[in-house]
Amino acid sequence: MNDQLAFLNRLQQVEFALVELQLYLDTHKDDQRALMEFNQYSKQLEMLKKQYELQYGPLLNFGFSPSQYPWRWLEGPWPWEQVF
Amino acid sequence: MWIYEKKLQYPVKVCGQNLKLANYLFTQYGGPDGELSAALRYLNQRYTIPTNEAKALLTDIGTEELAHVEVITTMIYQLTKDATAEDFKRAGMGDFYAIRDGALFYSDSNGVPWTAAYIQATADPITDLHEDMAAEQKARTVYENLIKLSDDPGVIDTLRFLREREVVHYQRFGEALRIVQEYQQQKKIF
Repeated sequence: MNDQLAFLNRLQQVEFALVELQLYLDTHKDDQRALMEFNQYSKQLEMLKKQYELQYGPLLNFGFSPSQYPWRWLEGPWPWEQVF
Repeated sequence: MWIYEKKLQYPVKVCGQNLKLANYLFTQYGGPDGELSAALRYLNQRYTIPTNEAKALLTDIGTEELAHVEVITTMIYQLTKDATAEDFKRAGMGDFYAIRDGALFYSDSNGVPWTAAYIQATADPITDLHEDMAAEQKARTVYENLIKLSDDPGVIDTLRFLREREVVHYQRFGEALRIVQEYQQQKKIF
């Protein structure tokens, strides 16, 4: 597995934990422990995302990710082309 | 508003071209209990659901289902990549190739096009949440059938992940149903 795929894998793991916690919190809004975990993972995601984007370009469109010159959004591989 | 994130929710690894398997997977793209049906069903029910818990859940699960659409299409794309007319013919899919070549289309494995008749919304939150729970179970069944049909270990791994998500969504919809029932009880008392 190359460096980008290993990095992507880490992102997928952290984001998956956040999807799970988000759905759980939707029906358990008073669970403080889950909320704490959510906020910890959210911080971790923010850091990982910044590091990933510096190396491999923007993850999100519409200004949620900055871009280096030239416009890096165009760079492949696109998700469906990625060979894991 | 939706933002696109340029990554898959779960990795897709396929062990080479497999047109027959890609054809089976089509039902989770544009079939009755597929991921497109799921996303559109949940996002469309948001406008008449009464509690904030259920509004949040329909929004979040509806959004996750869109990510699942992309996981399914990525598997189909990679399993059919670079396939020639001859490859399609050999797989018994010449009729598919005749219409679409390698293009994707919202249909089930039999080529039946997606229709809005697959999804329901009644404005009765108890009815709608039961529809959602049933849909998750139907999708789980289809994933189990697909796992039995698959001879590609990478595809099986991804299908297992998607099957598990149906189980979690069913659980969360069940909790949202309980919250809606409590809310309706409360309204009767006051």
